[in-house]
Amino acid sequence: MSIEISNVGKRFGDFVALDDVSVNIPSGRLTALLGPSGGGKSTLLRIIAGLERADTGRVEIEGVDATGLPPQKRNVGFVFQHYAAFKHLSVRRNVAFGLEIRKRSKDDIRRRVDELLALVHLEQFGDRLPAQLSGGQRQRMALARALAVEPTVLLLDEPFGALDAKVRKELRDWLRRLHDEVHVTTVFVTHDQEEALEVADEIVVINEGRVEQIGSPDDLYDRPANEFVMRFLGPVTQLGDQLVRPHDLQLSTGAGDRAGVPGRVTRVTRVGFESRVGVITDDGQAVTVTLTRNELLALGTEVGDEVRIRLAPESPTTTSTTPAQSAPVSLTKKFASAGGANLTQTS
Amino acid sequence: MADRLTAARTPVGHRPGRYVLRTVVTAYLFFLVAWPLYLVGRNAFAGGSASFQDILTDPDVTHALQLTVVIAVVAVVINTVFGVGISILLVRYDFPGKRALNALLDMPLSVSPIVVGLALILVYGGRDGWFGPSLEAAGFQIIFAVPGMVMATVFVALPLVVREVVPVLQEVGDEQEQAARSLGANAWQTFRRITLPSIKWGVVYGVVLSLARSLGEFGAVKVVSGNVLGDTRTATLVVEEKYLNFDKGGAYATAFLLALVAVACIIVVSVLRPKEER
Amino acid sequence: MTTTTLVPDLPAGNRRPVRAGRPLTRVSGLGLGVAMVWFSLLVLIPLAAVVVTASEGGWDGFWRTVTNEQTAATIRLTVGTALLVTLVNIVMGTLIAWVLVRDRFFGKRALEVLIDVPFALPTIVAGLVLLSLYGPDSPLGVNIANTRIAVFLAFLFVTLPFIVRTVQPVLAELDQEAEEAAASLGASRFSTFRRIILPSLTPAIAAGAALSFARAVGEYGSLVLLSGNLPMRTEVASVRILSSIENDNPDSAAAVAVVLLAISLAVIVVLDVLQRRVMRRG
Repeated sequence: MSIEISNVGKRFGDFVALDDVSVNIPSGRLTALLGPSGGGKSTLLRIIAGLERADTGRVEIEGVDATGLPPQKRNVGFVFQHYAAFKHLSVRRNVAFGLEIRKRSKDDIRRRVDELLALVHLEQFGDRLPAQLSGGQRQRMALARALAVEPTVLLLDEPFGALDAKVRKELRDWLRRLHDEVHVTTVFVTHDQEEALEVADEIVVINEGRVEQIGSPDDLYDRPANEFVMRFLGPVTQLGDQLVRPHDLQLSTGAGDRAGVPGRVTRVTRVGFESRVGVITDDGQAVTVTLTRNELLALGTEVGDEVRIRLAPESPTTTSTTPAQSAPVSLTKKFASAGGANLTQTS
Repeated sequence: MADRLTAARTPVGHRPGRYVLRTVVTAYLFFLVAWPLYLVGRNAFAGGSASFQDILTDPDVTHALQLTVVIAVVAVVINTVFGVGISILLVRYDFPGKRALNALLDMPLSVSPIVVGLALILVYGGRDGWFGPSLEAAGFQIIFAVPGMVMATVFVALPLVVREVVPVLQEVGDEQEQAARSLGANAWQTFRRITLPSIKWGVVYGVVLSLARSLGEFGAVKVVSGNVLGDTRTATLVVEEKYLNFDKGGAYATAFLLALVAVACIIVVSVLRPKEER
Repeated sequence: MTTTTLVPDLPAGNRRPVRAGRPLTRVSGLGLGVAMVWFSLLVLIPLAAVVVTASEGGWDGFWRTVTNEQTAATIRLTVGTALLVTLVNIVMGTLIAWVLVRDRFFGKRALEVLIDVPFALPTIVAGLVLLSLYGPDSPLGVNIANTRIAVFLAFLFVTLPFIVRTVQPVLAELDQEAEEAAASLGASRFSTFRRIILPSLTPAIAAGAALSFARAVGEYGSLVLLSGNLPMRTEVASVRILSSIENDNPDSAAAVAVVLLAISLAVIVVLDVLQRRVMRRG
């Protein structure tokens, strides 16, 4: 176990940021701290880095008790959401900073900086100032700077949060490949479940200062521990008192079919390759079913058709804490008239 | 920022009103500042450079000029160290009484220089000040001596560095400092390599403004100096004394030197400032 | 009741709860201690000494001193002129800030420099500067030396930068779209100014006005050569304090000083409140 966090608590005034959190983060892997904003995941990361001090509990890094250590003694690399580039220093000097502090020889520093700039593909940009780089380049520079000191662990706080969608996706793939090359224990904070599912080996879901679930992306997606994790990791819809994924539902139109919940189609919306079918059950519950385009064509269903809804076998479900109710007519209307990709929040 | 906004938006208003406002403002500043300032220069050179030769060969005046520079430099150094330190404390740390301290720091800007002098005399006066007699017994004369003049000058220029540095510190935020610490830099290394370079311009403005204010302090210094000829007399006191003694040439020449330094300070700041904002 | 949900409510950024600042460390605590000792020795204790000295004669003594005919006249003149000057500054300062922010013309940079001149110019030189245009040798043929107009003019000169410099940044940051929206809704230039712009500038104008008033009330240096310091006519409070000091009468000097300090303190409180309001508006 590389980072061992036991019973850590942290308050900011009245606000409880972390409430008795214990997590073990394994060596050499890429771990995501995932959760909504204000949930405490950034605070946890900053406590690991020593930028914030825990009120209670212990932090061990590679078997060393780091609880009381200042950040400069922890040998961690930290990458900030807004890059925290040293604006008055060139890219080279930024990357060299930690090595200069450690009083490495000039030759050593030059060699290492060259290596790192090559690793992050910024070889030609060494003499520029951070202001002359794009956001993605600045973040790669920040990553090289953090890696330069050969940290025991690399910590990234929403590293791609400030970048636009396309660059974000590129950097995400690139981080994954980089990690496969460098193998340093890496923890990154994100509120984007897609990012976590795509990049991480292991995900820690944190909400309201508590750990909701720890596991591999598959574990979390297929076996969510509770309603929160289920809802947070992907779209959900409610069938009876079960929360299910809309794409785990199947529709059938056969008149002789007795299995499944009967209902009527209220709306069909196509969004790219997938189609969302709104169904109102005979009990008055509004359910969304996601089908592929081909499935929808094969089914040939239209608004007003009688259908039956069935859950695909082996699909993850959780019991909803919100009791299932009959949808009032007005709400049904509202749903039916809502715009295409417009998905309303559950109450 | 301001310039960019204006550049992007001004073409909207080609109205006569604009020229009226522009003219009113220009005229106001011309009559209140520009013309009188120009006249001081003209009066100073009324007799060619004779007035300047007179004052620059007068040992009392040259001593006063030297004393002014020494006091101003010491005061600026003290205020810079204090100002940068207190700015960092105010922006980066939490402590009880922070809000009160923040408000009190502006006090010297709104206290009459005469009251400043009086306050210092009441505490450090050699005869019946609170601490004065014991300090004098120990060999430290403050009032009617250079230390008191330095204190008076420091007092009146106290908030200038803080006021320039605090907004810059807030603006740059503490992420760069945190990054430096996570890379192994200790508190001093972080300050010298990261914080100081990023607040550099704020400090420069603060120093230049303090320097202008310190060189030109008059009232507070007058009260605590005793105005002893050739000993505790500063340049501004020379201006008063020359004028009252009907040596107008000398007064204007000395005033011109002081005005020159003041205007130079402002121009330095106004030339530097936009460069850094870009 | 359930429809589909993608992700629970998420604001765009992931903001941590606001961290106002770190608690003090050993080094910073020591620094604060040293700074506070210095600040106390330089500012707090001396100002306290003024208040203590003034109160030594009791309330009656204090009241007698400040209501002494000549002293009361200086306070009336000082406060009255300072108020008048502040009113002029509210109009002219806002106007100057407006022109500097919204207009572009040749020589604007020079005006920018002129604004700061009164701030950097030694006050005694400021007096001499005004004397050269409005004194006995005036090329304009006006001589206001040794009159109350001289006091007004000196105050006007030394307080010039305050409102301009507080209003300018607020005006520069002002969202011009709000003005354009008002115009598109049919508001005239003037009613846009009065209803949209002025309300956003008010805190900054008030803060600048407070500073300018405080500065005027305490002014000394620029008056020395200009106003003649005639008792009952052009003598201001600071001059009165100085003559009490020179006549070795620190008690009455302290009493008048306390009146000025009370004004300064009131200004600081007003400023503190206004700054918070400006900050809230962003």
